Amino acid sequence: MKNYFKKLQEDVRFQEGLNACINCGTCTAICPAAEFYRYDPRQIADVVQSRNDDEIETLLKSDTIWYCGECMSCKTRCPRGNAPGLIIIALRSLSQDTGLFIHSEKGRQQLAVKRTVGENILKTGYCVYPGSLIPSLHPEQGPVWEWELENIDHVMHKLGANYNGEGAGALRKIPEESLKELKAIFDETGATDRWELIEKISAEKANDMGLTFDETMNCSYFKYIYKHNSRNHFAE
Amino acid sequence: MKEEGKKRIWSEYQKEVPDDHYYYVRSCIRQTFFPGSEQAFLRILREELNRDVYENPYHTTCTGIAYHADIVPFDTTMTVVARQFALMTESGYRNYVPSCITSFGIYTEILETWKHFPEVEARIREKLWKATKREFKIPENLSHSSDVIYHFRNEIAEKAKYRLVNCKTGEPLKVVDHIGCHYAKMFPEKGIGGAEFPQVLSGMIEAWGGEVIDYPERRHCCGFGFRQYIVQANRGYSLSCSRKKFESMEPYEPDLIITNCPGCPMFLDRWQYVISEMEGKTYGKNGFGIPVFTYEEIAGLVLGYDPWELGLQVHQVSCEPVLDKIGIPYKLTEKFTGKNKEFLGVPKMPQYLKFCC
Repeated sequence: MKNYFKKLQEDVRFQEGLNACINCGTCTAICPAAEFYRYDPRQIADVVQSRNDDEIETLLKSDTIWYCGECMSCKTRCPRGNAPGLIIIALRSLSQDTGLFIHSEKGRQQLAVKRTVGENILKTGYCVYPGSLIPSLHPEQGPVWEWELENIDHVMHKLGANYNGEGAGALRKIPEESLKELKAIFDETGATDRWELIEKISAEKANDMGLTFDETMNCSYFKYIYKHNSRNHFAE
Repeated sequence: MKEEGKKRIWSEYQKEVPDDHYYYVRSCIRQTFFPGSEQAFLRILREELNRDVYENPYHTTCTGIAYHADIVPFDTTMTVVARQFALMTESGYRNYVPSCITSFGIYTEILETWKHFPEVEARIREKLWKATKREFKIPENLSHSSDVIYHFRNEIAEKAKYRLVNCKTGEPLKVVDHIGCHYAKMFPEKGIGGAEFPQVLSGMIEAWGGEVIDYPERRHCCGFGFRQYIVQANRGYSLSCSRKKFESMEPYEPDLIITNCPGCPMFLDRWQYVISEMEGKTYGKNGFGIPVFTYEEIAGLVLGYDPWELGLQVHQVSCEPVLDKIGIPYKLTEKFTGKNKEFLGVPKMPQYLKFCC
């Protein structure tokens, strides 16, 4: 039996994010994603408060829940104090934990997020780190960033950073014992399980799609989900 | 509205910022793109204001970007943050000062969650103990590093060598402030001035002689959107949000943009380059962009710090038009040099965006 609504109710973000939405549409008016994508946070609130598990399942399998930028502008303006952005966070968690993210183009991108920002955390102790922002994946960073990467030790030294160094300071090397603690926390709190599930289901999907799959960012599945945009997402 | 009523409403958006003894935690994005800004923050507090600031080398990311890109569960982020609080507790500090706005939002959200759901705090304490054998106390105060600079804005003004004023005409520079969504949009009462009329940056601008520009899209997101930037296929979202802001502010002819969040200045800087490459469009005068600064860079500049030690050379939009207007001296020949003034070569020139080198 489907129990998506019950699962959502267990999430404190959901409890805090939705109190009888009056469907005024203020969130949609203020939402940057609604302006760019075919996206309407008012409808999201409406679907989940219907408690209809079939409709919630459709959402969990859709691109729709992946359009939000989590800026939380909706929270500021909602006259009922709701936060569609928090509802989205709860839906995205459930979509991943049930494996339903794999049904949508935007949901499948979670593998790319996991392998970039996610893996940075356990490898370096940072979400973002200079070495991870390589120009081929980030052409928008422009020529100054390319110059900075080419001269990274000199530039960081001049700007007072402790790049890869021991002790305190900007971009210091995070001690091995701290990285081990992060890994222990990830194992204890469900992040490791979520990542293993994303990897497993993505590998199966790659096989279905006839794309190569390995642990690198060079396999054709990673490149496809990272760059492919079917252009079916945009507001009129 | 009666004066008394105004004061009452405004008082809800004031916050107490401690006067000394800060436990400073760095930002992943600010360290990567603007390490000179964090250096300036520490120099201002320690050398100009004689304050005690401590940073713990064992501090790590709070996982905030991964949390808002939805690949780590809330329990994971809460437990990592609980570890950060444990490090603070072990270091003997209680005033927690994050450099990152995403982190500030994360810490605020978690502290509020624990207030409303004490059983969640109890569960996280247990998980932290199991994973690391650590315990923690809740910070007595949580202030973003911009709150601290705001707190000392008048002291900085008293020590300033320069003001945000056109040195030739005496007119104030026109400044756009960009607050960063997670500073106050989720919990308006936690930010100075709240979400609708944020004061944290405009207070600095006015104290240092500039004029704040109010423009229609002042409160719009820069467009980071977490997964909307991280995944290349989604970056049109991020670019479009920034473009909307530039188009909205352009008629007001701002001299510069000052930012609160570590990510926003990078996006507002880089997307101007991308728009120029895509459309040939530039938003500043004479083919330049609108220079984008961190609040630490602006504080450093008014205090007379060297622009290249602050890191203005790693901005894609050239900052020299602002330096010229204020009358801040600089050596262009030293812009692209290392610590010992060794020449490092110059970056490639953009196609349209005018670039000083």
